[in-house]
Amino acid sequence: MSDVANALVLLTNFVIVPGVAYGSQLALGALGVTLVFGILRFANFSHGDVMAFGTMVVLLTTWWFQGMDVGIAPLPTALLALPFGIVAAAAFNLSADRLVFRFYRRRKSPPVILLIASIGVMFALQGIVRFIIGPDDRRLADGARFLIKASEFKEATGLKEGLAIKLSQGLTVAVTAIAVTALFWFLHRTRAGKAMRAYSDNEDLALLSGVNPDRVVFYAWLIAGTLAAVAGTMYGIDKSFKPFTYFQILLPIFAAAILGGIGNPLGAVAGGFIVALSETAVTYAYKKFLRYLVPESWEPSGLMQLLSTDYKLAISFLILVVVLLVRPTGIFRGRVLT
Amino acid sequence: MSFLAGAGMTGGYGGPDIIRGCTIEAEPGRVAVIVGPNGAGKSTAMKAIFGMVQLREGTVELDGEDITRLSPQERVRKGMGFVPQERNVFTTMTVQENLEMGAYIREAGAAADTMAQVFDLFPILKERRRQIAGELSGGQRQQVAIGRALMTEPRLLMLDEPTAGVSPVVMDDLFDRILEIRATGIAILMVEQNAAQALSIADRGYVLVTGENRYTDTGEALLSDPEVRRSFLGG
Repeated sequence: MSDVANALVLLTNFVIVPGVAYGSQLALGALGVTLVFGILRFANFSHGDVMAFGTMVVLLTTWWFQGMDVGIAPLPTALLALPFGIVAAAAFNLSADRLVFRFYRRRKSPPVILLIASIGVMFALQGIVRFIIGPDDRRLADGARFLIKASEFKEATGLKEGLAIKLSQGLTVAVTAIAVTALFWFLHRTRAGKAMRAYSDNEDLALLSGVNPDRVVFYAWLIAGTLAAVAGTMYGIDKSFKPFTYFQILLPIFAAAILGGIGNPLGAVAGGFIVALSETAVTYAYKKFLRYLVPESWEPSGLMQLLSTDYKLAISFLILVVVLLVRPTGIFRGRVLT
Repeated sequence: MSFLAGAGMTGGYGGPDIIRGCTIEAEPGRVAVIVGPNGAGKSTAMKAIFGMVQLREGTVELDGEDITRLSPQERVRKGMGFVPQERNVFTTMTVQENLEMGAYIREAGAAADTMAQVFDLFPILKERRRQIAGELSGGQRQQVAIGRALMTEPRLLMLDEPTAGVSPVVMDDLFDRILEIRATGIAILMVEQNAAQALSIADRGYVLVTGENRYTDTGEALLSDPEVRRSFLGG
């Protein structure tokens, strides 16, 4: 019996916990992408680097706070600096719209042109971020490390395997829950939120109902920027801040948004968790897990790892390709990318 | 002078003119119907009145005010309610949310009475008000679409083929509701494919052919006109 418990704890510790934390980060990122798509009808490739930009501002503010000895220990100082990152990312999105996207929107350019324009914005922003803070890997987390320590868990349960939950992981999940709840409350309970859903559902009819399109677009960029800063900061606290990884994370974020059904916020959240858990589950080495469950003579000789962690990104890519082939509208029937 | 008067309207979608010197009028508490063969410019004439088609010539007046240069959104604020033929509901939103969106331009709270009236007119919508509009049947969807337009408390309600794609039973029901709306004193203008049935409830009928007014009379008179019957109503 304790063998089964040990196996489950092992799996929770190495697959479920990191998967859920990573899934929360992807869900936040995918929500931003899906929201912009739902309102502006194009896939915004700059979103990953807006995350990096917001996180960079959070990091700079964190250093400033640390220099003044201001903190909220045991919570990371970055949490205190998060509002600054949110303002910066939202401001960036709104300026990018004013300088770039609005021009193409007024010309009624096809979505693919806006998509390419967003790649231009992405490159420009990558330059800005590297110019200000450089390409290096930096630590964002301070304060307490663990919510539950492996050794404490072992002592409390008497199991051989330990379960460790990092403070950053718990924080990520909590912040995501708050952000997603707030977003859904906004979209379903407020006048502005309903106007956004109406606009996304049927633009012509929303205009006939008196919805102001400029206002809707403004809210979309504002919320997307907010979500980007939160997602980026949570990812940075949980792992580290390296600008290039925020470009790489764009692939799993798009996979999550498209898997859930692009334009559908609920789908983005579900997609985020599915993609993240697939990544951790497929790249985990099950040797030790199986040793607890099968007789000694059946013990596998290999690592029992389906895919090396180096191929993590390939899983998102595979999910993306399969979804686009089999069910392009995604699980929750979003719009088809055109 | 009529309450709504589209006079000498000429225009199209940028290419050749679809309607030429077309005149359409509507009065409070009366139903005006535009009929005619396919491609006669029926929908275009209605869109021109609503500002969705640029007019090269002619004017549109509502209650004595020239609204020819106003955008559709501005016309909604002037008291025009428009029910498009297709994509006329928010399919991912509930019935109640659809109606709320109809009242978006009105002050918050002012719409509760109107919603009660819409529910009186379409009791099924009250029952289904938490249901997603995309899951409703065709006839119920039309009711949502008309209800949404009524939420602005329009003085003129315009319906573009409200019975397209619904069964004959549902069609009769929808026409009955339209008569009920007429009884509240709203001016109604509709385009209809089912010419005979539509003319039977019309106070005024316009038969358009190739973008021009061919016959204009009361619905009854048009129905009994042998020439109209032969050419457009199939005998």
